[in-house]
Amino acid sequence: MTTTAPPVTTAPPAAVPHRPRPRRAGLYLLLALATLFFLLPVYLLLATAFKTPEAISLATTWQWPRDLNWASFREAWAKVGGNVGNSLLLAVSATALSAVLGSLNGYALSKWTFRGANTLFALMLFGMFIPYQAILIPLFQFIKGLGLYGSLGGLILAHVVYGLPITTLIFRNYYAEVPDALVEAATIDGAGFWGIYRRIILPLSVPAFVVVVIWEFTQIWNEFLFAATLTNTSSQPVTYALSQLAGGQAVSWNLPMAGAILAALPTLLVYVLLGRYFVRGLLAGSVKG
Amino acid sequence: MKGLSRDRLWSVLVLLPSVLLLAVFVYGFIGRTVAVSLTDWGNDPAQALALNPVIRPVGLANYQELFTGFLQVRFRQELVNTLFFTVFFIAGTLGLGLALALLLDRNPRGEGLWRTIFLFPMSLSFIVTGTIWRWMLQPQGGLNQFPAVLGLPPGRFEWLSSTASIWGLDWNRVPLLTAAVVALALGVVAWRAARAGNRTRTLVAGACALVLLGWAVFVGPNVQLLPAPEVHGFNLALVGIILAAVWQMSGYTMALYLAGLRGIPEELREAARVDGANEVGLYRHVVFPLLSPITLSAMIILGHISLKIFDLVYAMTGPDNTYTSVPALNMYLTSFRQNQFALGAAIGTILLILVAFVIVPYLASAFRREEGHA
Repeated sequence: MTTTAPPVTTAPPAAVPHRPRPRRAGLYLLLALATLFFLLPVYLLLATAFKTPEAISLATTWQWPRDLNWASFREAWAKVGGNVGNSLLLAVSATALSAVLGSLNGYALSKWTFRGANTLFALMLFGMFIPYQAILIPLFQFIKGLGLYGSLGGLILAHVVYGLPITTLIFRNYYAEVPDALVEAATIDGAGFWGIYRRIILPLSVPAFVVVVIWEFTQIWNEFLFAATLTNTSSQPVTYALSQLAGGQAVSWNLPMAGAILAALPTLLVYVLLGRYFVRGLLAGSVKG
Repeated sequence: MKGLSRDRLWSVLVLLPSVLLLAVFVYGFIGRTVAVSLTDWGNDPAQALALNPVIRPVGLANYQELFTGFLQVRFRQELVNTLFFTVFFIAGTLGLGLALALLLDRNPRGEGLWRTIFLFPMSLSFIVTGTIWRWMLQPQGGLNQFPAVLGLPPGRFEWLSSTASIWGLDWNRVPLLTAAVVALALGVVAWRAARAGNRTRTLVAGACALVLLGWAVFVGPNVQLLPAPEVHGFNLALVGIILAAVWQMSGYTMALYLAGLRGIPEELREAARVDGANEVGLYRHVVFPLLSPITLSAMIILGHISLKIFDLVYAMTGPDNTYTSVPALNMYLTSFRQNQFALGAAIGTILLILVAFVIVPYLASAFRREEGHA
């Protein structure tokens, strides 16, 4: 072996600078660990949802099921499918209404400012942060007084009103970036409040509408307190139905897990498809745009 | 000019419905809640759901009941729970979020994918998160089975069912401690004002601090809220709930910090390096100070979320686990399960006061700054 001298290997030209960078490896190791923390619950969710009830036991929690059992989803859909429909109707209509109102408010507050506009706006914003427990009893009475208790209408009303602060905030901050010169020029051309809104502001608003719609849709879809207080069985959104599904001790875990997937899918889809705008809404929620 | 004033009229008209709605739904309803909290509505079960219930004003009796009443021990544990939850939730979320942001700031490959993974829990509801994590944290399954996968004995931690608590504190000493802490804070304010040369503020803050301190030393030890000592501490079952909450929300702080890190101009880092700062010094003296406003606003947002949180608790330990309950959950149960509207309204009002302590200074300062610039 030693006799056959290996051919002299000339070192590959520029190999030296690329040291096996240990810090880079450390970086990816840490990222992988973090990913584990964030994805383990997802693995468990899927593994459990696809198991048959008999296959679920605490000791084998982490095993992937041998055969995928889709029946859990069918069963979960039978239990919460109607609630998914309620949530969809609720989230779509309340989002649309509060987005339109927010756009008009944002326009009025940013382009037609008056003395005290900022104070008024701060007073409006406070509504975004209050714990809804502090208004829940009068809200309940009010909705009941209107004859809307137990219907989606009452819930839609509540979500539209309490969505106004954040939608107004996002549109106001967005419109603040639209140059005032543009509005002034239009005024000189004789355009009024509505003309400017229709011809200048609205066409520029698409990105802001996307942010607001994603944000509000997600918030309303995921909301629980109003859902639990203002609805009855026929109008309950999916969050409440899921909490009932998961709360019973007798059911085996494949059912709530499948239900959780159904309840999570719409907002998750929105997030995966439009994540960039989702993050923008998230950051806008921290008040300063 | 006539057209202009008509446009102004339109802008007012456009704002009017929203302003009126919020005036009623926020301020009107808050006022009504406070008013209800000063009555005895629902304290007598027979009157709670009567068509024309007899409602009498009782002053602050409901508040007194919550803080000192024998039957409301649950509420006092909940206040302590909220305190610990808030502290650990904020610390965990900020810490993990900052760590993730620092990692991503080093521009690893596939940054978008990592970001997507760390942020996706944000799009879920607390109910979904709670349902999943409740299964993760089953006493003999989930996380506790994790060591078994590696061939080790399974864990034994009672994530959600523990009734043990640590760092217990006698409720009777709460007024004393509160006075001491506030006095200390006022002392700091006075000291800083003295250094800044603001004499009025130094005197006022200093005097208030002394009065409180005097109260804490001479009167405080004799104040007895309850006839017997009542210990409340950090319940270990909350650990699981905090874990799930951190899992859900740390993507948010990551996004905030990442935006902040990306906003620091490269020249600033270069300049620090030229001045001889090493990496650690760079972060300590340049990067972290620049991130501190983000930390503050994140703390405020997370703080108000954590004071209000209840759906996560509802989904993870159910409505009836008094060891892990929070005031926000108690308010819902008291009002809408037991129909004790006045007591529920009092809890709601206390929550509002807690949140307002966090939010009002924040909104005020944000808008004062903006008004100054405009």
